[in-house]
Amino acid sequence: MLREGHDVSCLDEDPESHARLEVGLDKSWEDLGGQFTVGAGLETEALEAAGIERADVFIASTDGDNTNIIIAQIAQRRYEVPTVIARVLDPLRAEWYQRQGLNTVCPTRVAIDMLEGAVRESAGRDGTPGNTPTAA
Amino acid sequence: MYIIVVGAGKVGWNLARELLDKGHEVTLIESDRRRYLTVEQELEHNVSYGDASELWVLERAGIQRADMVIAVTGDDEDNMLICQVAKEKYLVNQIIARVNNPRNRQHFDLLGVKPSVSATDLILRLLEHEVPEYGLVHLLDLQEEQLEIIEMLLGKDSSVTGRRVGDLQMPEGSLLISVLRAGKGFVPTADTVLEEGDEILAVLDPGKEEDLKVLFGPGNGNGSGT
Repeated sequence: MLREGHDVSCLDEDPESHARLEVGLDKSWEDLGGQFTVGAGLETEALEAAGIERADVFIASTDGDNTNIIIAQIAQRRYEVPTVIARVLDPLRAEWYQRQGLNTVCPTRVAIDMLEGAVRESAGRDGTPGNTPTAA
Repeated sequence: MYIIVVGAGKVGWNLARELLDKGHEVTLIESDRRRYLTVEQELEHNVSYGDASELWVLERAGIQRADMVIAVTGDDEDNMLICQVAKEKYLVNQIIARVNNPRNRQHFDLLGVKPSVSATDLILRLLEHEVPEYGLVHLLDLQEEQLEIIEMLLGKDSSVTGRRVGDLQMPEGSLLISVLRAGKGFVPTADTVLEEGDEILAVLDPGKEEDLKVLFGPGNGNGSGT
């Protein structure tokens, strides 16, 4: 997103994760215009330090489904960020919150669809109709 | 009543036991396998193993017919999510959530997860009650109704001792409702004269505490409140 010219601000509890942002970059994250804040997503001070109040888009993609769902709702309701997206691994939770008006992305669902597609494709190549394995 | 308790830590386990003793039907849900096995030895079929933020675990526990869901895990996000889902998806009548970090209470309120209970806040209340330096003690907060009831001890340097209640200029939005003197409480009249050692109870709009502290506190000879 930074390369495309957007202003990107990352918030993470772990100061070390800053190094990961710079993998493959020839300049530092900050020199390229990025922002990095250390803090927890539930702390309003941290969110505000990361600039949530002027954000056009907010993405919650920590490794915890519940954390993402809660923080995304805070971004939506408290800070009224126009576009909010939450990463939710559990398909059931992702589906229900999506229906409640929260934009969720479910990597599990995406992976299942891709795997199913790959299985169908290879079954088709074998040319054994009627013997198509059903994806689990 | 059928009550689902989520989280079998010290709070959840003891709560489930008390509720069972009172004759309620209880399912306690715990996601840690070892903890589950420990608690199951005592509570047997009343404990269920699983992550209650997964909807099928809640459904297996019969959330559709639950009268109350109490989320007391050590994780605030989990407690918020479980109560939100219970209330909005499964239309459970009554929810109660535990707040681990008092700074998160605003998020519980934002998501409509009420009432929420914070041990830190409870201890703080007790502390206010036990340590008189705090001056003013919150007895009751009626958040919805926007009212609170407070208690104040009139020390020897209080500016209102020896004065008639009728002469006090109580801040707007506050009312003196009772005086406790020598272990007895009574409703003051305009002619009641306040004494050192009196404990007064007042009902007030939120945010009027400071005005009241100024009026009843030390110094301030005229008691005008400003």
